Amino acid sequence: MTGLVAYATYLPRPRVRLPEIAATLGTGPAEGERVAASYDEDSTTMAVEAAARLLCTHQATPRAIYFATTSPAYLDKTNAAAIHAALALPQETFAADVIGSARSAFAAWRAARADGGLAVLADVRTGRPGSSDERFGGDGAVALLFGDSAAPIADVLAERSWSVEILDRWRLPGRQASDQWEERFGAETYLPLVRHAAEATLAAAGLDSADHVVVVSPNSGVRKQAMRAFATASTTPIGHSGAADFGLGLAAVLDRAEPGETILVLSAVDGCDALALRATDHLPAGRQRRTVAEQLDDGVVVPYATYLGWRGWLEREPPRRPEPGRPAGPPSARAVDWKFAFTGSVCSRCGFTHLPPVRVCKECGAVDEMQRRSLAGATGTVATYTVDRLAYSPSPPLIEAIVDFDGGGRYPLEVADARPGDLAVGTRVGLSFRRLFTAGGVHNYFWKARVLEPPGGSAGAGGGAA
Amino acid sequence: MSRGIRDRVAVVAMGCTRFGEHWSRSAEDLLLDALEELFATTSVTRDDVEAYWLGTLASGQSGLLLSKALALDYKPVTRVENYCATGSEAFRNACYAVASGAYDRVVAVGVEKLKDSGYSGLLRSDPPGDGTAAELSLTAPAAFSMLDPAYCARYGVDPGDMRSAMTHVAWKNHHNGALNPKAQFRSPVTKEKIEAAPKVAGRLGVFDCSGVSDGAAAALIVRAEEAPDYTDQPMYVKGLSLVAGPARGAADPDYDYTTFPEVVRSAQDAYRQAGISDPRNELSLAEVHDCFTPTEVVLMEDLGFSDRGRAWRDVLDGAFELGGRLPVNTDGGLKSFGHPVGASGLRMLYECWLQFRGQAGRRQVAEPRLALTHNLGGRPGSCVSFVSVVGRQLG
Repeated sequence: MTGLVAYATYLPRPRVRLPEIAATLGTGPAEGERVAASYDEDSTTMAVEAAARLLCTHQATPRAIYFATTSPAYLDKTNAAAIHAALALPQETFAADVIGSARSAFAAWRAARADGGLAVLADVRTGRPGSSDERFGGDGAVALLFGDSAAPIADVLAERSWSVEILDRWRLPGRQASDQWEERFGAETYLPLVRHAAEATLAAAGLDSADHVVVVSPNSGVRKQAMRAFATASTTPIGHSGAADFGLGLAAVLDRAEPGETILVLSAVDGCDALALRATDHLPAGRQRRTVAEQLDDGVVVPYATYLGWRGWLEREPPRRPEPGRPAGPPSARAVDWKFAFTGSVCSRCGFTHLPPVRVCKECGAVDEMQRRSLAGATGTVATYTVDRLAYSPSPPLIEAIVDFDGGGRYPLEVADARPGDLAVGTRVGLSFRRLFTAGGVHNYFWKARVLEPPGGSAGAGGGAA
Repeated sequence: MSRGIRDRVAVVAMGCTRFGEHWSRSAEDLLLDALEELFATTSVTRDDVEAYWLGTLASGQSGLLLSKALALDYKPVTRVENYCATGSEAFRNACYAVASGAYDRVVAVGVEKLKDSGYSGLLRSDPPGDGTAAELSLTAPAAFSMLDPAYCARYGVDPGDMRSAMTHVAWKNHHNGALNPKAQFRSPVTKEKIEAAPKVAGRLGVFDCSGVSDGAAAALIVRAEEAPDYTDQPMYVKGLSLVAGPARGAADPDYDYTTFPEVVRSAQDAYRQAGISDPRNELSLAEVHDCFTPTEVVLMEDLGFSDRGRAWRDVLDGAFELGGRLPVNTDGGLKSFGHPVGASGLRMLYECWLQFRGQAGRRQVAEPRLALTHNLGGRPGSCVSFVSVVGRQLG
C-alpha cells in the first residue's frame, strides 16, 4: 500500500441563489446558494482543474489515473484519457473511469491507493427544477494522489466497507435527474450501518474516537442525523456532490487538521465505506494552496434562468448563426498535445513561440527545427479583446481575448467565467481547461483564458490557479 | 513584388446589379443580370469573350456555375476564391491572361448569394479540424472590433473620439450610398441612430457593419492598345497587387491590432507598379474595404492616406468625404452598397469606372485621374489584401 501524498480541489465559480429559485418557482423560503459548474464545465474539465492544481504544487508522475464520476461526459470512451492528455502524462500511465454512483469514488480511492495512482473525483449534480437535488447538490472536483513518498500527509489507519442493495436513489442511463425513495426509508436503513461502520473502523484503527468525522451520503436524512450522532462531524461543504462527495469532505478537513489528529470518513452510498486516517507532520506543508472554504467564498452569482439554460431545462432562442461543426477524430488526434495540453512549438534557431505548433518558423523561416513547449500552466496578458454578441455560444455572449503569454506565444482564446466589462487591454489571465461546445455528439475540449486580476481590482476577482 | 502590367490592359465595359436582398434572384440570375448589363453597353457578345474568371466565396463551385447559367459555348471558366478579396482576385487573374497575350477579350465576374442561408453575416465552410481555431466561433464583426480598443490603447485616443470616428465612417458611407441607386441601403442615417444601434460585437453596432447582400458585378478586359476600339473612355489598369500574409499577427505578440501589414505591403507594391509616390495627392478617389467602421479608420493609415495615429482625426475632419481631400467609398462602400463577397472587388472597380466616365451623378468627383480599390479577406492578424490602381488615361 502507498500513502496519501497530496490533494487538491476545484470548485467552479458560478453560484445559484436559493432564494431566487424559491421566488422563481413559488416554493417555500430558502437561504444560501449552490455551487454550479459553468456551461463549459463537466466532470472531465473539473477533474483536469483539480488534478492540474495538485500536480502544480506537488510535482509527480502518477502511475495511474482513476476517474470517478456519476456524470460522465462520454460512455464507451474513457474520460480519464482526456484528463491524462490534459495533464500531459506519459503514455505508460494507466487511465480508467470508475463510473456509476457516488460509491465509484471509493473504488477509485482503493485502486489509486493500491498502486500509487491519482484518484480524481468530479461531478456535476443536476436535479429537476425545484428538487432538493437542485437546491442542495453541488458541483466540484477533488484529486487525491498516492505514492511511495516517505512524507505522506496522512496515514491510512483502517479502511472498511459494507454493501447493501437498496432502492434509495437511482437514475436510468441518459436521464438528467435522479429519483429517490422516501428519505426516511434510506436514512433508517443506512444509519445503523453507519454507526456500526464507525465503531468497527475505529476499532480496526485502534482508536476510541476521531478528532474529525466526515459523514457524507446522497440521503440528506443520513447526513442530518449522523451529524447529530457524532460530536465532531462535518459533511461535504458544498452539499451532495456525487462522486466528489467524500473527497471534498475529506479535503475540507485536511485544509485545517493538525498533525497527529485523526479523521474518520463515513460514506453511506449503497452500503457504507469507512476510512480512518491520521494527519502527519507533513500535512501543513502539503495542504492545497486554496482551501475549500476560500474557493467557496470566491463565487459569482448567476441568474437562475441562466443556470436552467446551462442544464438544458430552459431552451432559449438561438442566434441566427450556424452551430459549429463537430471536431474531427484524425485532426484532433494529430493535435492532441496542442488541443489537450496546450503545447506549442519553439523555434530552436530563433526562439519564437508558435501556438499551435507549426513546422515553419514565422520569424526566421527555419523548417522542422522546433521544440515542444507546453503552456498549460502559463499566464499572460490581454493584447485586445471583444464581446461577440452574434457568435454561436452555449451561453452568449462569447467573450474573446488575444492573449500574449509570458515568455512568448500568442493565441486568441475565449474567456471563461467572465462578464462583459471584466476585460481591458493589459488584463492578466491564466488558463482553464473547458468544453467549448458540444456538436454532433462530440465534446469540443480546449483551453480558455481566465481572468486573474480584472481591471480596477476587486469585482469578479480570483479564479487563479491554486 | 510584381513587375506589374501598367497600361497593358484596360476595362472597356462593366455591369453591376443592384446589391441587396434579392429574394427572387438566384446566383445564376445575378450573374446573368450583371453580364447582360455589361453586354448591353458593348458590341462584344458572350461568345466573343474568349475566357471567363468567376469569383465566388461560397455561392457555387467550379466554372460550371457560370458556364451553365450562360450556356457558354465550351469556354474556359476559372473559378477563383480568396475570401472577401475574391472579386478582385477574379479581376487580377483575368487581367494577367490578357497581358500575357493568351487572350484578347476576357471577362471577370463575381457573385455572391448570401441571403439564402437564413443566418446573419458570413458563413464559413471549414475543412474538418481539431476544434481549436478561434475563427470557428468568433464572428467577423467581433474579430474586427478588436481594432478599436487596441487602436485607442496604442495611440492614446479617447474611446469617445474613436467612437465618433467610427460613427463618422458609417455616417459618410450611408450618406454616399443614399446617392447611389444601386446601393443596398439608400437612406442617410443620423449619427445618433448609428450610436444607439444594438451592439453586435465589442462597440460595433449594426450600423458599424457592412450590409449582408446578394449581387454580382462584371468587367470586360482587353489589351490597352485595342481599348479605344471598344469604347471612347477605357479604364486602364496601372497596378495590381495581392498579398497573402503568413498569419503572423495572430501568433506574434509584437503585432498590436492597429494595422494590417498585408495592406501596407500590397499598397506599396501597387503604388510602385503604378508609379505613385504620393497617394494622398495623386489619387482622386479610393474604394476601400470598409467591412466594419474601425477597419476603414485603420486602412486610411495602411494605405498611406493618413499619418499613423491620425486617421481618426482626419476622418472626423471630413478628409474622406465626397468634398474632402481624398473621397473614400464614394459609392457607399461595403457599409451601404452592401457586401456580396465575390462581387465586392468588382463593384469597387465599377464605381471607378462610373467616376472616370462622369456617370456618378451626385457622387461625381471632379476630374478624377487615378483611383484605388482595396479588398481585404480574412481578419486582423491573418488576412489577404488586394490593391489596384486604375486610371482614366494612359501614361
